[in-house]
Amino acid sequence: MLRLVGQRLLLLIPLLLGLSVLLFAWVRALPGGPVTAMLGERYTPEAAAAIEAEMGLDQPLIVQYGKYLLRLLQGDLGTSLRSGRPVLEEFVNRFPATIELTVVALIFAIGIGIPLGYLAARRAGTVVDHTAVVVSLVGVTVPVFFLAFILKYFFAVELGWFPTSGRMSPTMEATHPTNFYVLDGILTAEWDAAWDALVHLILPGIALGTIPLAIIARMTRAAVSEVQNADYVRTARAKGIRPARLRTEHILRNAMLPVLTTIGLQVGLLLSGAVLTETVFAFSGIGSFLAEAVFNADYPVLQGFVLLIAVTYALVNLLVDVSYGLIDPRLRRQQ
Amino acid sequence: MSTGELPPTSGAGGAASAPLHEPASIHGDDGGAAGADHSGEGVWRRAWRTLRRNPVAIAGFVIVAAFVIVAVLAPLIAPYGPHELPGRTDVRPTYIPGPSAEYWLGVDRYGGDVFSKLIWGARASLLVGVVSTLFGLTGGMLIGLLAGWFGRWVDFAAMRLVDLMLSVPSLLLAVSIAAVAGQSQMAVIVAIGVVQVPIFARLLRGSMLAQRGQDYVLAASALGLTRRSVTMSHVLPNSVGPVIVQATLTLATAVIEAAALSFLGLGGGEPSTAEWGRMLTAAQQELAVAPRLAILPGLCIAITALGFTLVGESLREALDPRNRTRR
Repeated sequence: MLRLVGQRLLLLIPLLLGLSVLLFAWVRALPGGPVTAMLGERYTPEAAAAIEAEMGLDQPLIVQYGKYLLRLLQGDLGTSLRSGRPVLEEFVNRFPATIELTVVALIFAIGIGIPLGYLAARRAGTVVDHTAVVVSLVGVTVPVFFLAFILKYFFAVELGWFPTSGRMSPTMEATHPTNFYVLDGILTAEWDAAWDALVHLILPGIALGTIPLAIIARMTRAAVSEVQNADYVRTARAKGIRPARLRTEHILRNAMLPVLTTIGLQVGLLLSGAVLTETVFAFSGIGSFLAEAVFNADYPVLQGFVLLIAVTYALVNLLVDVSYGLIDPRLRRQQ
Repeated sequence: MSTGELPPTSGAGGAASAPLHEPASIHGDDGGAAGADHSGEGVWRRAWRTLRRNPVAIAGFVIVAAFVIVAVLAPLIAPYGPHELPGRTDVRPTYIPGPSAEYWLGVDRYGGDVFSKLIWGARASLLVGVVSTLFGLTGGMLIGLLAGWFGRWVDFAAMRLVDLMLSVPSLLLAVSIAAVAGQSQMAVIVAIGVVQVPIFARLLRGSMLAQRGQDYVLAASALGLTRRSVTMSHVLPNSVGPVIVQATLTLATAVIEAAALSFLGLGGGEPSTAEWGRMLTAAQQELAVAPRLAILPGLCIAITALGFTLVGESLREALDPRNRTRR
């Protein structure tokens, strides 16, 4: 198991190198060249000279890239043009918010998607099945930000059941040792703060989780309908195994492998979707910050965040691959 | 909407398959005798027959056809031009006129006629969707073809490039590309197109690899055909099925992603541009006062995407050989 993790981590290196080359080239391909693009209206000769010196633009490209890579290895991802703070710091400060949101979205997607897909396959052709098909169709065709709008309009603006925006009510006073607001509230026993943070997560979480819900439901339905007709399931049934055990150990467990892969792949979608969802709900995670960076042409932020998000995505999928072994003992032995 | 049934890829309860009037013509049988031109025909004709009887496919086709007609005939249907703001004088800071005889769906914050803007928006979406998908399809098929044809290190290099592109979540990749390509509609088209390239490349390569081991390929090679003609006239035509299905589904994604990019402020133009994503952005401030400004363009995006998805899914089902052998 450890060896597998090691191997996969080694494979990450060429990927990151490739990505760093692309991002390095990307900044230099910006319209008008890196200096003009980065400064825009903030242009002054001094600022331009500072950027040129920092990026070493007068040196050969290979030297520039070497310096860029060296800075990356030291954890220096540049400085936000807008806030003046290091990009890494901005990311680390906001990432907990996005993780909370993503977790809520995943709980929603998995919690409804897997049972829905399972029931649809077990009761093929019934109302449940048709519902699952409609949900999985509508889920993938409704744009995330539109869904966010609709949820916000009905449940926050019209009905007032949920807050319209933010991570926490402005009047709420709470201490934040970890920046995971829900966790903070629990750790410090400030239950009202934890509850308040949780309530703020629900609408954006549902909006963000709907596409993954659709995809997971669909994948589960396909996997279960394939597995439930397998010979070993028939054999198990013939042996008179209790239905509950048949369901969990024979059908669900074997159907979960493709579903797990799908869940891992959804993380990329969630991180993309967070840019849109967080913007609609003015939720201050990495997504809304990224959207602001795009709006303000804050390219160092865009460059750094793309790299960090790609790393996160790769690590999550590594985790998913490793967890296959937990579900399927055959894979454990192969590894 | 009649939902009908839409069995997923595995299609457990897929009763909607084509009736088998004739024995399924397995490709290898007619490939040798009839020559290259007829190689794909049986599959496609059968798919068409299946599609014609599938209510889900028909619903999809109707939506897509309506969308295309509206987009093409926009200048004839729309009461106002794409940049006209006829209701400019009627809009007050606290009041946006709703539907009336003059403006069927009301006006927006800028005084544009919502009905006209939705129609012109269809045109913008069709343009972005189709051109970007063609772009992605061409690029992806080129890379996939090279990888599937040459194999070895070409394949290796192409697939590492594909991995690299897929390592960045698609919307972020599109945003980064659009930032480099500048503030224009063309930038959005290129951005969405490039994001699709790795998907098509991987799909075509995989599909070609699966064909390469087939008996008919071996037979064609044994007959002394060059690698080029085996690839171009036999392997490729038999590999494009999944790619075409994906292209149809991608049209739906492209329409949504185009809206997302312009929602984020990429793509240039005035805030009052007649474009669905841009209309949604503008509606954000008016959500409490005039929710229709957000709901209408959002519905347009969703319905268009639904149309393409229905067509794509039914096509996938019709082309799936597993559904052919089963009644």
